Amino acid sequence: MSQTELEFDEFVDITDVVCPITFVKAKVAIDELDAGQVLAIRMNDGEPVQNVPRSFKDEGHKIIKLTDGEDGTYTLYVKKGEEA
Amino acid sequence: MADEINYAELKKGGYMKQKQKGYGSLRLKVVGGNLTAENIKTVSEVAEKYGQGYVHMTSRQGIEIPFIKVEQLAEVKEALIKGGVEAGVCGPRVRTVTACQGSEICPSGCIDTYTLAKELDERYFGRELPHKFKFGVTGCQNNCLKAEENDVGIKGGMDIEYREDLCFSCGVCIKACRSGALSLADGKVVLDPAKCNNCARCVKSCPADAWTGTPGYIVSFGGTFGNFVYKGEEIVPLIKDKETLFRVTDAAIEYFEENAKPGERFRKTLERLGTEGLTEKVNAAYKG
Ligand code: SF4
Ligand code: SF4
Ligand code: SF4
Repeated sequence: MSQTELEFDEFVDITDVVCPITFVKAKVAIDELDAGQVLAIRMNDGEPVQNVPRSFKDEGHKIIKLTDGEDGTYTLYVKKGEEA
Repeated sequence: MADEINYAELKKGGYMKQKQKGYGSLRLKVVGGNLTAENIKTVSEVAEKYGQGYVHMTSRQGIEIPFIKVEQLAEVKEALIKGGVEAGVCGPRVRTVTACQGSEICPSGCIDTYTLAKELDERYFGRELPHKFKFGVTGCQNNCLKAEENDVGIKGGMDIEYREDLCFSCGVCIKACRSGALSLADGKVVLDPAKCNNCARCVKSCPADAWTGTPGYIVSFGGTFGNFVYKGEEIVPLIKDKETLFRVTDAAIEYFEENAKPGERFRKTLERLGTEGLTEKVNAAYKG
């Protein structure tokens, strides 16, 4: 499945940082958005993809999809929550 | 003060003789790693007044106050009691029950570890046995409290269930699972139960609550981490209620009491006699 099938408002690449900076960088990006807008986050396999989606859920955002980039990275689509 | 000091008796009350003559280190009772601010204040005052103004943290969440004079021990214990602090125990009996913060505090937690630690403490603390006996409670598979190094270790987990109608095939749980137990086939998640360790990461990560989890206890027996190291082993599957859990822990402690030689640790008894006897007893308790 390719990333282009899904629409998003903003994109952030967190493959250049390691835990716990991964989520910090992604969080800074979603903070810039308005509620209801979608952020696409490209992250590495392993710890980031195991933990970052869960962290967004815990913060009250809505996960839409996780797609496999088939290059050792995944892209997560998150809709910004109302109160988050 | 009699000339003959009964150190075995003092040890029972948490007091351990130091190298320095006439001094000992007093172990305090801490359940599940929690102390109130008042408790800490009291400990601080006692350490300042009767000790040397410092405490030692033990590897099992305990506190010891070194440099307590043996003749002041009674006075020290009284001062501690006033602040809600009791002395701990050493020697051949049930020791401090340790716990991580568990589901009341930690987002990863599957069980309320502190409540369980208190219940285990009320049920068993100080009980005389052939050798020391340790309980540890950890909230999930992350195992911050190292369950398997205890004579009886309890770890939180969840019995999981998938609701296909709620799943929108986002793929998050498949990657959140560290055991490779999940895969996506025709837009549905497929579970390989043989690979699942009940960690509940799928439950915690699913944005649609398509995974539901019933909390339970994963119990390990015969762990030890001293001179001799052995990882405690599971005998029964995930236990889903406390009555069964306590039946099982009762069975383990009774087995130890009935079969161990004086001074023999649980694992050593199991090595001497084989694990069949314990397995049988624990299984019977599990079935009720
Ligand atoms: S073992 Fe689990 S519940 Fe306990 S502190 Fe660690 S992560 Fe949290
Ligand atoms: S409980 Fe843990 S091991 Fe089992 S399927 Fe869920 S994430 Fe995987
Ligand atoms: S995380 Fe939930 S919604 Fe997403 S694939 Fe897994 S079960 Fe389905």
